[in-house]
Amino acid sequence: MITLTLKEQPNVPLEAESISPDITAALSHDSICALPVYLGKRQRRLDDFFTVEGDASDEIQINGDARKVKWIGRGMTRGRIQVEGNAGMHLGAYMKGGTIDVSGNVTDWLGAEMTGGFIRIRGNAGGQVGAAYRGSASGMSDGTIIVDGTAGLEVGMRMKRGTIVIGGRVRDFAGLQMKGGTIVLGSGAELRTGAWMMRGTIVSLKPLPLLPTFAAAATYNPTFLRMYARHLRTLGVSLPFDERDGGYQRYTGDASVPGRGEILIWHAHDGATA
Amino acid sequence: MSTIRITGGTVYDPANGINGVVKDICIDGSRIVANVEGGRTIDATGTIVFPGGVDVHTHVAGGALNFARGLVPENQRAARKFLHGVNRRAGIGGMTPTTFATGYLYAGMGWTTVNEAAVPILSAKHTHEELHDTPIVDKSCLVLMANNEIVLDLIEAGEVERAQHVVAWLVWAAKVYGIKAVNPGGVAAWKWGKNASKLHESIAGYKTLTPAAIISSLAKIIEDLKLPHPLHLHCNNLGNPGNIATTIETMKVLEGRRAHLAHLQFHAYGGEDWPSMRSGAVEIADAFEKHPNLTTDAGAVLFGDAVTITADGPWQHMLHQLTGRKWGNLDVENETGCGIVPYVYRDRHTVNAVQWAVGLELLLLIKDPWRVYLTTDHPNGGCFWRYPEIIRLLMDKEFRKEQIKQLSENAQSRIVLGEIDREYTLFEIAIITSAGPARALGFSQKGQLGVGADADVTIYPAKATDDGMLFTYPRYVLKGGEIVVEEGEIRAVTEGKEFIFRPGYDEQIEEYIRPLFQRVYTMSFENYPVEIERVRGAEVITK
Repeated sequence: MITLTLKEQPNVPLEAESISPDITAALSHDSICALPVYLGKRQRRLDDFFTVEGDASDEIQINGDARKVKWIGRGMTRGRIQVEGNAGMHLGAYMKGGTIDVSGNVTDWLGAEMTGGFIRIRGNAGGQVGAAYRGSASGMSDGTIIVDGTAGLEVGMRMKRGTIVIGGRVRDFAGLQMKGGTIVLGSGAELRTGAWMMRGTIVSLKPLPLLPTFAAAATYNPTFLRMYARHLRTLGVSLPFDERDGGYQRYTGDASVPGRGEILIWHAHDGATA
Repeated sequence: MSTIRITGGTVYDPANGINGVVKDICIDGSRIVANVEGGRTIDATGTIVFPGGVDVHTHVAGGALNFARGLVPENQRAARKFLHGVNRRAGIGGMTPTTFATGYLYAGMGWTTVNEAAVPILSAKHTHEELHDTPIVDKSCLVLMANNEIVLDLIEAGEVERAQHVVAWLVWAAKVYGIKAVNPGGVAAWKWGKNASKLHESIAGYKTLTPAAIISSLAKIIEDLKLPHPLHLHCNNLGNPGNIATTIETMKVLEGRRAHLAHLQFHAYGGEDWPSMRSGAVEIADAFEKHPNLTTDAGAVLFGDAVTITADGPWQHMLHQLTGRKWGNLDVENETGCGIVPYVYRDRHTVNAVQWAVGLELLLLIKDPWRVYLTTDHPNGGCFWRYPEIIRLLMDKEFRKEQIKQLSENAQSRIVLGEIDREYTLFEIAIITSAGPARALGFSQKGQLGVGADADVTIYPAKATDDGMLFTYPRYVLKGGEIVVEEGEIRAVTEGKEFIFRPGYDEQIEEYIRPLFQRVYTMSFENYPVEIERVRGAEVITK
């Protein structure tokens, strides 16, 4: 286990893609201390900003308010990063495998264009969770992101596969131009959810304002959600599926593209708990 | 001035009829000379010595390319990075390299002269600025003329003589070397939401003007103005199945006049629609052989990512509808337009497979290498830094046949590439990459290693690298007598020249253009022409 404790808040964002299990796994203590990080255009050493303990491990623990530390775990393929505190933009971007667990909040581009792995945020996230970077054809193509708190704009923008679960309220354009995969919204979302979606599923446990280009299709309890719910339960997420508790209203769209995506909105029966 | 002797290399200098002779090349200053005493000696034993490559048709600078750079940030992220060094500026490679990286990449491959093929006058200042920032290589550029409304109005009115003065004035206003015609009339028609795919039908917005009239008038004007490079023509109906008819008809319209047909691959498709699309390379090559007044370049396609950039706005809209990829469209006032669509050529895609084959078929079926040159219409068919891949396909028929086997049977039934056994020799490669394009562009001092020529020399290892490529990593590249690449490393970054042609015209023509211009353009007439002081490294040619 390698422990990195933030000494002081950098005055401008610190680009620290060297904080990745793939890089630290085989490095001595001295080499980890000397890893390059970029403060603006200047190259600095990791130990200029962090107190480093431990060596040669693919488990990294980061302590402190690292909200200005960007690109942690970029492209990681294995191991674990535990953040006790906050983390900055692009956390776990392009990641292929392994686990990232954050006790506090993170900001934009969490898990952007990731292709595998698991990210768990106990606090809030920013916008563009699991999204495609500007210009790219597709966002996350596999893996799971779970955020207990809220999230910002364009959650899952152009995502292709994989699962995003947001417990708190989500802002506008969740699932924008989505191409596949699943987004679960525990507390609904603001405007234009699923705009331009081609395929994929957005599940909302709370009512949400729908675009006029989504058409009501049915109320049902799809079998696949039962399987999703079982899987998500192992990750600590509860998804209702039982027809005794309620049903999902299915809306298809976005007809303006035209797309074949779906938005499923849970409606509990009166008196049922979900 | 330093002197250099390159000794022991096997020299291929087709312009001087030298085919694989071991001889010394001597350089004094920036020129090749008969003999030198002392100075540096480069031991080129076991290598092949070529004149520096010349790209007759590429898009490396200016408004359209810069628009493309902005439109594809995802390519830039994935592209090769050039970090700044002692004598090198930072930049990125990829599909649409930055200016400095363009110079490093061309020189690093052994190419020393490039011709930027599409410059609207309105963005000529920008283009010259970018060309100045494209180091090492010498440059020239061509101005877009076949959709300029002032010129088209004159051609329609039959005032060809006045049109000639206007064209000459515009060439000098843009400070360019030659004239390019893109989809004659088609871009003007695009402003009405139409295209001009029939050569003898009148163009939208005009009463009697036809693409054929534009083509023949411009070809005549260019000959009368004695431009060193003939009409550089992007034919009508690019990219559409069955467009061989249009291309062959264009050759007939050009009967008796010189012209260069750009990226012929995109104009050589048979069939009637997309399901029946097939290679038309045999028909096009046959027709081309019968017209010795024409030269062409391949515009070959390589599988992988590309960005299509052209003034051919209607085609780009079509491509956007076909692919669903993002689309950029520019309207360049009364002169031209521009469209950008990123594209991926896939080997499992029948149309793409046919396109890949057609480029190679044209290079192999046209017998005279002096008339067909190596290009990919960068970045439309693939990036210029992938030229070595095409050279390998041309030189090795076994490798070519293996590649054909990867294609679907459906695609294989639509091409003739598998039946062609021709293999290019090194001598022929030197023609299609250097001697031929230099001659077509009218650069007598380029593309050859004779006494008095510019000392642009590329020395390649004679043995292919592990990936089978022969021309990826030159051992030395000399540009204007300076060693710019040594052992695969950029050693010196020189500034290239820019060739500009000044045609003769009646100065009074400005008084004809001024009121027309002031009526329809958004900028003031005085700000329109590029001042010669703006073009750094300019070498003005007059005839």
